[in-house]
Amino acid sequence: MTLAEELKGFLKEAEGQLSQPDVDVEAVRVAFLGKKGKITGVLKSMKDLSVDEKKEVGQVGNQVRTAIQEKIEEKKAEQEAKALEEKLASETLDVTLPGSKPKIGSAHVLQQIMDEIEAHFLGLGYQIIDDPTDSPEVETDEYNFERENLPKDHPARDMQDTFYITPEILLRTQTSPVQSRVLEKHDFSKGPLKMIAPGKVYRRDTDDATHSHQFHQVEGLVVGKNITMADLKGTLLSIMQELFGEKHQIRLRPSYFPFTEPSVEVDVSWDEVTPDTKPEDIKWIEVLGAGMTHPNVLKMDGLDPEEYTAFAFGLGPDRFAMLKYGVEDIRQFYLNDVRFLDQFNERGN
Amino acid sequence: MKTNLNWLNDYLTPGLDVSEQAVLDLAQQIELTAVEVEEVGQAAAKQSGLVVVKVEEVKDHQDSDHLHITQVFDGKEHIQIVTGAPNVAEGQLVILATVGSKIVDRESGELVKIRKAKLRGEVSYGMLSALQEIGLPDAVCPQPIEDGIYVFDEKSGVKPGDDALEVLGLKDAMIDTDLTPNRADLLSLRGMAYEMAAMTGNKVNEAPFEEKASALPATDKIQAEITADTLATGLALSLVENVTVAPSDLKVQRRLWTSGIKPKNNVMDALHYWLLATGQPLAAFDADKLGTDKIVVRLASEGEVLGQGDGEEAIALRAGQDIVLSAGNHVIALAGIAMNPDFAVTNETKNVVLAAGQYNPSLIRQAARRHGLRSESSFRLERGIDLQNTQNALANASNEVAEDANGSVAGLATAGFKNIESTVINITVDRINKVLGTDLSEETVVDLLQKLNLQVANDNGALTVTVPGRRTDLSIPADLVEEVGRLYGYDNLPTALIDGQSTAGDLTLRQKKIRASRKIFEGLGFNQAISYALMSPEKATAFNIGADHPVLALDYPMSSDKTTARQNLISGLIDDVAYNVARSVKNIALYEQGRVFLNDNAAVQPVEQEHLAGVLVGSIAESTWQAGQKERDVDFFALKGRVEAYLEAIGVEKVTFKQAQEHQNMHPGQTADVYTGDVYLGYLGQVHPEFVAKQKLPAIFAFELNLETIISLAEKDNAYQPISRYPQITRDLAILVDATLSNQEVLDVINEVSGKYLKDVTFFDLYTGKGTPEGKKSLAYQLTYQNQEDTLVEEAVTSDFEKVTTALTDKFGAEIR
Repeated sequence: MTLAEELKGFLKEAEGQLSQPDVDVEAVRVAFLGKKGKITGVLKSMKDLSVDEKKEVGQVGNQVRTAIQEKIEEKKAEQEAKALEEKLASETLDVTLPGSKPKIGSAHVLQQIMDEIEAHFLGLGYQIIDDPTDSPEVETDEYNFERENLPKDHPARDMQDTFYITPEILLRTQTSPVQSRVLEKHDFSKGPLKMIAPGKVYRRDTDDATHSHQFHQVEGLVVGKNITMADLKGTLLSIMQELFGEKHQIRLRPSYFPFTEPSVEVDVSWDEVTPDTKPEDIKWIEVLGAGMTHPNVLKMDGLDPEEYTAFAFGLGPDRFAMLKYGVEDIRQFYLNDVRFLDQFNERGN
Repeated sequence: MKTNLNWLNDYLTPGLDVSEQAVLDLAQQIELTAVEVEEVGQAAAKQSGLVVVKVEEVKDHQDSDHLHITQVFDGKEHIQIVTGAPNVAEGQLVILATVGSKIVDRESGELVKIRKAKLRGEVSYGMLSALQEIGLPDAVCPQPIEDGIYVFDEKSGVKPGDDALEVLGLKDAMIDTDLTPNRADLLSLRGMAYEMAAMTGNKVNEAPFEEKASALPATDKIQAEITADTLATGLALSLVENVTVAPSDLKVQRRLWTSGIKPKNNVMDALHYWLLATGQPLAAFDADKLGTDKIVVRLASEGEVLGQGDGEEAIALRAGQDIVLSAGNHVIALAGIAMNPDFAVTNETKNVVLAAGQYNPSLIRQAARRHGLRSESSFRLERGIDLQNTQNALANASNEVAEDANGSVAGLATAGFKNIESTVINITVDRINKVLGTDLSEETVVDLLQKLNLQVANDNGALTVTVPGRRTDLSIPADLVEEVGRLYGYDNLPTALIDGQSTAGDLTLRQKKIRASRKIFEGLGFNQAISYALMSPEKATAFNIGADHPVLALDYPMSSDKTTARQNLISGLIDDVAYNVARSVKNIALYEQGRVFLNDNAAVQPVEQEHLAGVLVGSIAESTWQAGQKERDVDFFALKGRVEAYLEAIGVEKVTFKQAQEHQNMHPGQTADVYTGDVYLGYLGQVHPEFVAKQKLPAIFAFELNLETIISLAEKDNAYQPISRYPQITRDLAILVDATLSNQEVLDVINEVSGKYLKDVTFFDLYTGKGTPEGKKSLAYQLTYQNQEDTLVEEAVTSDFEKVTTALTDKFGAEIR
């Protein structure tokens, strides 16, 4: 048998081994192609041959080596594919088991309403006043009442039962005192004052489904030389449409607050109003009080009411949240039941 | 105020349409133009089938000691009715609820249908009724229900077959308005008439009110006196002689009871009638019981009381504060609020003194509050009455008393009534348009003001407006802007958005920090809580950061658990935890951002600080089925890690933690004070196990930080450093040290001695188990080195690392492992 034939025989032999499904491919490689492998052995023994023979055997040798190499690669790929398949099969999960879900916290629903109000008014160029210096929760009688045109014996004081600390110091019953605190510092050479003041207020009320001794208000105030009631109406329409949806309408009714004149109560439509809606079919919900700032208030804050006009409004985030989400008990906002809080995800809408 | 529109129509021409839909429309218009409407419709809108019948025969029921069998006549038929009414008698005109009629049950308030009934064998085709049984509230019925059925007065002109509801005024159209404190004028029919006239184009018929006081004779039989101008601007008295006190006409009575006032007698009813008609409070005294001809308005003196009749406790008066009416030595009334019944009009009264006063609204308001007595009169006096109409109203009432009680008006005596002038307001049409944002013509503005019966003089748009006395709410130009605005209709105002200079709205750094703090905690899995700021004094200070501060306590709290303003947020959060635990919520992660109140100087407002606090309870496991529940329960490090993550994110650097044992309600071994450098930020740890055990709560981990400090420190923006291209080299360090040595102490040494290439130190193991000598522990750290500018050479790291090991050995006797 010539060396060439021997080499061809090795090819057959290797092919035979590699056709076994579980063959150790590496062992085959070592046995045939390794440093001490069969092919190498044959090629080493070539030194005694003639140049022509060497050439022939060398060619055959290379062919056989390449062929075995290819077979080995082929087999290896086949085996790896199989192994991977088995591995994946063994790793199969019940994908219907629950995921490892990190808890995302949530802003309180009242915070979300206030954030929405703030974003709206920031866009309209308002400042937000919420620091303890300009918006203290513990106020003086002077700022909470007197500067709001409510002298000590004013009948309208009955509208707000007050938690007093001393005869002169109290828990604020409204965010209105922020108006005076900001107004008296504002530099009108830099333009009109436009501000909102969100914050907690307190009333001496017995807590029940619709009353809470602690709740929130967002005071709004705009003071300038040409501020009109039409501006107030437009401003309120825009914030109500922001909160309740753009197809909702508002209406203004006369009311009374000592710190505004004219004063209005504002209703928002419960449903959307289209050009086809009949006026008598609109259900109106009372949502806030507003008005043109009373000249006495402007005077007390050092402004000439002939020169400056102003409007003010008071939004109630608690009431808005109750209406918007159908929360029936205001106490829910302050008990912090996790099952309640978890329902108000930040949806971004 | 309950306004009877049928009565109101006495004063309007051509009068309001009182049909059902028209009244509903009117109510709507009132809401959009004036005040809110509480209720609208007839007093007895639901009832039906009630007729006036004449009792023709009354026989006792054979089988009953209290039932009577009566035969009544309804104008067409004779009907048998069995009744238990003790007062039934032949010849009476009474109310019959016929078979099939509907009445409102007094107890349930439900509508019930009357059926044919057999009472002890006798058939009754209906029921004879008291006013209380057909829907009139007890408070306004002239006789108690125990007295039996209602009997019409013979003079009332009522006939069998009349609709009883109609003749009783219960089908009159009613509108009940809810008053704002300024609209005192709407507390009278006269005021309502003007308001309705302005809205509907009716004309007010002033004639009924024009019984001018000046037409009455003066008399010296009575005298009025006011001791000080500050007590009252006027007091008018009249004397009506030879009256016969009796029930008043049905026409008067029904107007009173539909308006919410119980009829008494023809004198008192006349006063109430004219109180409602004009808004002027009126009082009546038995002239013969006064013992003097002079009534004095003065302040109560020390020790004085207002008698309340036999067996009733007298009202102690506040000397120098309560305005009283006195006659001789007797206090006969607390002005506008209450009277001494010993001087009241009774059925025997012959001569009556009527009094109409204009008392100081502020003093009346204080007195009504002080004594807890609020009357129809005090309510009106507080809010302001028509000072120009007091004497006329008294004249109206005097003539009515004289007419109804067959007496005669002897005359009038007054005190005060000086300088009662009309308010005049100057305003321009331009100003009105400028405030409203409208473009109304002079004609329109003048027309709107005149509709309210204001006198307007127009000089090229400069208006001089004279306000009648009844409109006490109109005193400044802004008030007229409101009148024009509401009558023009707020619906008709244009909608605009402020024009002119537009300013950029932006948050302050402080606001951004607070908002970022909230977002970070939400990202860390905490729900935001908003708890009550008022709590018990114990809770208010139970978890304070740092030094004690005086508390802010309410002067007059509502309940004992809400008396004091909080000085920490943790207490409120623990209340929230308790609420959740009681409802079987086991896993709780709450944070709160809010104010605390430090009352450092009681004479001024407290210091208010923003704090940030949070609690963790139960498990924070992301999936408990993979890891066991127990091992994912929150612990000190779960809390600490979150606080660390927050502080890092918000930009507080060099944060250190110190073991803290002095927080009374915290676990002494699991609490740490948090510092940045020397600045104290707050603390975190486990709430004391005894504290939670008392409330039967599970383990709570809590932190509280002074947000003010964080805001002031965390002003630096993020600093970007290019990511080094050069490789990092790490070295692990394991040391055996005394068990009492803290990680912080080790870190301090490492950071102090290791050179400039040390980038990070990560603690990765604590071992105290097998193989560790008693009193020792093994700590393991990974130190990461990197040169920002160049490839780090192995030797440099080795040398730096050795400095660390040497220092630890020298300082703590650490055994390097």
